Amino acid sequence: LPQDGDKKKEDEGLKLSSDLLEALAKFQQIELQDFEMDVKELEIIFEPGLAGQIMPKIKLPGIAGGKPTAMLQTAFVPPVETYPNKITEVKLGATRSEGGTRGRSLIIGGETSPAFYNFERPTTHKPVITLDVFDMEVPLSKAVKMHVKDVVGDPAAWAKLAVDKFDADMVTIHLISIDPLLKDATPKDAVKTVEKVLQAVDVPLVIGGCGDPVKDADVFEAICEAFPGERFLISSITRDMDVERCAKYVKKNGHIALSFTPMDLNLARELNRRLYDFMGREDIVMDLTTAALGYGLDYAFTNMERARLGGLMGDVELAHPMSSGTTNAWAAREAWLKMSAEWEPRELRGPLWEVTTALTLLLTGVDLFMMMHPAAVKTLKDVTNYLTSGKKADASKFAEWVSVKA
Amino acid sequence: MSEKKKAGLKELSPIDVYKLLPKTNCKECGQDNCMAFATKIVNREINIDQCPPLLKKENEKAYNQLKEMLKPAVKEVIVGVGDKATKLGGKLVMYRHEFTYTNPTAIAIDVTDEMTEQEVINRIKRIENYSFEYIGYTLKLDMIAVRSTSGDAEKFKATVKKVAETTNLPMILCALNPNVLEAGLMAAPNARPLLYAANAGNWKDMAELALMYNCPLVVSAPNDLTTLFSLAKTMMAYGVTDLVLDPGTFTNEGLPDTINNFTMLRRAACKGGEELAGFPLMGVPMVAWVDRGETAEDLIKWREAYLASMLLVRYADVLVMHGADGWSLLPTTVLRQNIYTDPRKPVAVAPGLKVFGTPDENSPVFFTSNFALTYYTVASDIESNKLNAYLIVVETEGSAIDSGVAGRKLTAERVADAIKASGIESKVKHRKIIIPGKASRISGEIEELSGWKVQVGPRDSSEIPKYLIEKWQP
Repeated sequence: LPQDGDKKKEDEGLKLSSDLLEALAKFQQIELQDFEMDVKELEIIFEPGLAGQIMPKIKLPGIAGGKPTAMLQTAFVPPVETYPNKITEVKLGATRSEGGTRGRSLIIGGETSPAFYNFERPTTHKPVITLDVFDMEVPLSKAVKMHVKDVVGDPAAWAKLAVDKFDADMVTIHLISIDPLLKDATPKDAVKTVEKVLQAVDVPLVIGGCGDPVKDADVFEAICEAFPGERFLISSITRDMDVERCAKYVKKNGHIALSFTPMDLNLARELNRRLYDFMGREDIVMDLTTAALGYGLDYAFTNMERARLGGLMGDVELAHPMSSGTTNAWAAREAWLKMSAEWEPRELRGPLWEVTTALTLLLTGVDLFMMMHPAAVKTLKDVTNYLTSGKKADASKFAEWVSVKA
Repeated sequence: MSEKKKAGLKELSPIDVYKLLPKTNCKECGQDNCMAFATKIVNREINIDQCPPLLKKENEKAYNQLKEMLKPAVKEVIVGVGDKATKLGGKLVMYRHEFTYTNPTAIAIDVTDEMTEQEVINRIKRIENYSFEYIGYTLKLDMIAVRSTSGDAEKFKATVKKVAETTNLPMILCALNPNVLEAGLMAAPNARPLLYAANAGNWKDMAELALMYNCPLVVSAPNDLTTLFSLAKTMMAYGVTDLVLDPGTFTNEGLPDTINNFTMLRRAACKGGEELAGFPLMGVPMVAWVDRGETAEDLIKWREAYLASMLLVRYADVLVMHGADGWSLLPTTVLRQNIYTDPRKPVAVAPGLKVFGTPDENSPVFFTSNFALTYYTVASDIESNKLNAYLIVVETEGSAIDSGVAGRKLTAERVADAIKASGIESKVKHRKIIIPGKASRISGEIEELSGWKVQVGPRDSSEIPKYLIEKWQP
């Protein structure tokens, strides 16, 4: 056997040992004394602990009898499970024949297995991406700004860019200007903004508030009533709002509630239960809170994974399609900060931060992604297309990675 | 789940363990009694080897029974020797919420035998120097994958020798020709590298090498789990028991098979108790570089990086990568840290006084919770705006502000104590503290108990700069 510091022996090590093993295989009745000598050598070469690990493997009588000479065949049985429940299907947006004005509507949910367990069942509906559009100037990272700088301040043009150029399935119009601490725009102003976006694009819309529970409730009401039947996703209904009032006007006007809770499945169940008093399960999407990669993504990941598995296993209060505010990835400073040269360029690091946040949550079962950067959107689209393509891997080239001259 | 479990984690109770302990209550393990020790065992906070009486000859049977009972669903395989030896696998569960994931996914970066000596050394230095400070952790890379791109045994041997001389990071020796691999092994016979790989064609020679050099061995069967299982079974019968499974990694159209293979194997191991699936899994994001045609290098690195992250989420225990840029590796290494934290514990930072910029006696004083997510968000908002300020981190047992107030983890008493303990009173002239908007409910109590004047700040720390301009006067 080879050892340090003895060059010649090192080189011959394998051959010598190989010969020994062959000899052992051929002549099982090899003299015990010879073997004992080898054991002594082993003890000298290896530290005692290691020798203890190795020696049992050189079971002298077992070697010849035990070593297979041909590959042993066995089968792999895919570990397929069934689940008692399925995730509720929710339809976003409505075409003219469905009572709205959109070019198409989109269905999310309906899953009967955990995310992309295609060895069990195919994915029912491909996840959907909605792009952020803001109704006023907001601080944006450099990596994002370079792509939208011409349309900032013009939500209709921004929405059009998102759909035509960045291939958005949906658009989220964030009504930031209604914030009492910012422009305090009126519900009427907000309705006008939504009207413009509705004219500019024909995809389903998400209506985003400013986070003020009172103002949002007023604005959402005006919008729901101004555009009945559009099946807008109202983002979002939270525990500190007047849930009964909001649920009633969302339902009455044929829209959908985004039930938002802060990283706590019990609170999510509770808010969903309150909504059930006024609307059907098929009118509710839930947002369990997305924290950025590096800033709590682990909590978001585990919450969503538990929610999806729970929903499939029969916890109906969690069996709703999930939405993720993936744009929150940009809250991580590593996404936008100029760092020392070894971590640059941030123009790549930033969108990759968003992609990584998105893909981590995609694998928990998120159905709707609210996103920001065009490159991140493109990658998530590509990946979801691949994952739902039903195509098989071409295994023939895989082993080339060992010798590829990259 | 209705899935059947072998030695399932959930069924294992402290009583099961206690029954097999010597029940001496001798406290030699450092615990108060055997039951306390058993509880720690079940929670994987202590090892059975820390019970001296159990190690005695007469308890050998119980010891072995316990060992079997506590065996992880995925075997732990050690690569390398010494300080930097890396443990792969050892997973107890499939899903993160079931129990903490053990042994964070090891990341290996490649060198090739066609690089010059200086290129190899430079690349290794770069890999060793990769370091990122994140919430008190240092994110590092773990291994070097030495690839035979020349197919020449002597070249491979020389490169392995150079790598072994340059670093004590564990190696993965990658050559499908056993003669080439053997040459590499001769250059580092006691380094216990991971051998890549035994496949349907070369398994016998690879098994011999693994036995001879006492090395863990990868068995590889791209997108063919039946062959993968057959190989694993054959290796075990051969006496090679430290295995790593490589079901193949495929980009683009191959993604569904990639994700499904990893998922099936991990489920078979954790939920089905399938021994042949119970080995660490190897992902090879560097396949993104195979057959890349005219694709731009940055795009390949991007693809490789997101593939690495997906594999990390879906159960890979070791990853081999080629792209070694900071921008492309950072998301994956941060994700690894996130996924491998203990899901039972809230992530918290140490309470106390944090100083930003160069504050003086008139600078503003804030407080926040010690929930890491909250703390780092606030810290980032102060820092990125280059503010000079003091931030007192209050012990809230890892609760955020709103849930801390609601759950009485963030109380006026704790805030008052934290102000006193921070020593801030000797650092500023004023006695005004800016509190989070979400803690406004306890503002009166804080004033009463601390004697400081409270100013209710914004609900979101992103508004701190604006708030200071409009509302702050020492």
